[in-house]
Amino acid sequence: MLTENTEIDSSSAPSGEVAETPEQKLSMSRRNFMKHSAIVAGAATAAACSTEELEKFTQKRLRELSQPELQALIKRMEADYKKKFKKDVDVRATPAAEGVKFGYALDLSRCVGCRRCVHACVKENNQSRPTPEGPHNNPIQWIKVLEMEKDKGIDLTEANAYYNPEEVPREGHFYMPVQCQQCENPPCVKVCPVQATWKEPDGIVVIDYEWCIGCRYCMVACPYGARRFNWAEPNLPADQVNTNTHILGNRPRPKGVVEKCTFCIQRTRAGRYPACVEICPVGARKFGNLLDPKSEIRAVLESKRVFILKEDLNTQPKFFYFFGI
Amino acid sequence: MFHQLLQFIAGAIRHVTHGSRTYFIWVAFLCCLIAFGAWGYAHQYQEGLILTGMRDQVMWGFYIGNFTFLVGVAAAAVVLVIPAYIYHWGPIYEIAIIGELLAIAAIIMCLGFVSVDVGRPDRFLHLFPFFGSPNFPRSLLSWDVMVLNLYLILNITIVSYLLYSSFHGRKPNNNFVVPLVLLSIPAAVSIHTVTAFLYSGLAGRPFWNASILAPRFLASAFCSGPAIILVLLQILRKTAGLQIKNEAIWKIAELMAYAIALNLFFLVAEVFKEYYSDTHHLVHTQYLYFGLGESGGLAIYAWTSVISTVIAFVLFVVPTTRKNFFTMNVGCVLLYIGVYIEKGIGLVIPGLTPDTLGEIYPYQPTAHEVQVAAGIFGLGFLAFTLMIKVAIPVALGQLQYKSTGPGADVSAQSSDAHGAHAGA
Repeated sequence: MLTENTEIDSSSAPSGEVAETPEQKLSMSRRNFMKHSAIVAGAATAAACSTEELEKFTQKRLRELSQPELQALIKRMEADYKKKFKKDVDVRATPAAEGVKFGYALDLSRCVGCRRCVHACVKENNQSRPTPEGPHNNPIQWIKVLEMEKDKGIDLTEANAYYNPEEVPREGHFYMPVQCQQCENPPCVKVCPVQATWKEPDGIVVIDYEWCIGCRYCMVACPYGARRFNWAEPNLPADQVNTNTHILGNRPRPKGVVEKCTFCIQRTRAGRYPACVEICPVGARKFGNLLDPKSEIRAVLESKRVFILKEDLNTQPKFFYFFGI
Repeated sequence: MFHQLLQFIAGAIRHVTHGSRTYFIWVAFLCCLIAFGAWGYAHQYQEGLILTGMRDQVMWGFYIGNFTFLVGVAAAAVVLVIPAYIYHWGPIYEIAIIGELLAIAAIIMCLGFVSVDVGRPDRFLHLFPFFGSPNFPRSLLSWDVMVLNLYLILNITIVSYLLYSSFHGRKPNNNFVVPLVLLSIPAAVSIHTVTAFLYSGLAGRPFWNASILAPRFLASAFCSGPAIILVLLQILRKTAGLQIKNEAIWKIAELMAYAIALNLFFLVAEVFKEYYSDTHHLVHTQYLYFGLGESGGLAIYAWTSVISTVIAFVLFVVPTTRKNFFTMNVGCVLLYIGVYIEKGIGLVIPGLTPDTLGEIYPYQPTAHEVQVAAGIFGLGFLAFTLMIKVAIPVALGQLQYKSTGPGADVSAQSSDAHGAHAGA
């Protein structure tokens, strides 16, 4: 099978612009200084004058909003997106359903490392696209696929996230995709200094993008490297926007906040599969309601022997790995 | 009251605007640094933290390293009050004031470094009770914000009160000020402990997840903090007419020798545990001292730190070099370098490299980060210089409230030759 996209290497590796020498950066900053200071001054003035900005500044946390307040906020967000992308973006706030706790299982025997899940996720969840030509390349991918050597077994210190062969799977290798493990005991939630991230009743760990201060302590605390930061303004071309969004999930994010996998909250709360499950060409990904005895995920837990990553940390992931064959 | 305040402000302005050539060059230099840093920050505010060397794998870097180091300075500055009190170093209030002012300046820099590190500085109010939603008591970062601000307020209160009394030529009320000074000592220890817990509480980062981290933080703080104070005391007694005995300085140096010994011992304990148990967790220590794969890592910094600290230990522990001001000052500088690396990038970067999935991202601060950091250091040094320029004459009774007649003014007798140019 062919690898879908060779751009993967720019995902979070020291990419082109990182390799740039500090001197180049500085000279660039000199060139742009006048422009930037003008923009900053302009923005500050605009912020001082516009009630819209004041509204944003005094915005409460999403969790504290009443229904009417939430609806008003959604209207405002949709209007903002309409202005920015020139198309209608549907922002929903579907709450967690009763009696649902989502779980995920991944069959390491089947995964071939094609990274179709990675790219389906990027498209579905409006992640920042690479801009190798632009001044700031800031691509974001929520799923990272690790290539490992068969004779070494699962060993993260030997893992390679930047494999790029003509064809996968490579001889003597197997693949382990890693994304947010949706922990029952999430260290990221514990450390957030402003309660901008929390675990929903259906077990999905979410982020309030309007409340996050961008301190990145959650990223430091996460044992799975699952969280991503918007180091620059996200690059989301208007024609690539997925307009079916959830307020706690894939709606376009601002600069300077953290984001991560939400089990495709906009899909799964509407009874659909996450995009990565749907796209997987080998059926390595299983998803369902842990509380429903007849669900696919429960069948996996019942018939296979599963394990979780870094079980000694007591994070209690709801993301299980298994060897199907 | 209002009249007194006016007098104080007039006197303060006079003191700040009068000084030697060196003083003005120093202040001008700091203002340039601040402008340079502010320009860099404006750029970062516009473009985002992408201008730094940090990325998703190493999401904290030079800024947070400086923050951690400076919390130690803030903590150690105040704790010097204990030996000053026990050993009768003379002007205990003056020493307390210098310590507290240094702590205030260090906290200003700490808050500066945290502010430039966050992605959404416009949302800083979310950290505070009433305005936001601090995750208290669960998040150690929330604790840190809280204790740092309380510590800042405490120090400002003590210094203002001491100076206010001195300005009026009154003896400070010990029933009020002594409990506060005593309170500031456990507060100083606690700010540094909380900052250590911020790291050591993270199970996913084995390099930090060690109970010895907090004791190590305190030991190294008692190296770097006094190193700064020693140099400051020498400058102030030359320039501001502050009476500090040689014995006091040597005593601090002796206490520092114990602190360095303790710090080195803790280091040995950690290095032994890592290398002897030889688990996967060793990679972080390995990255710090020898680098991994193609990445040389931080080896040059790490060894500079170890060697500087060891030489400083020798200079401080041998009585002849300790009592020789040249070798003692060399020791101070070496110690400062040693701890700055150890508690700065030497703590933050290896904790995050390799990342939790085993990837090595060779973080290096960009010129941009150094530029912004220079601005924050400039701000801290300027704040300290101006505060000490006013505080010393007040404490020495050279700047006092005069109530005799309406024409009476603040007596600012300190000549230019005597004007404090701290840090110059």
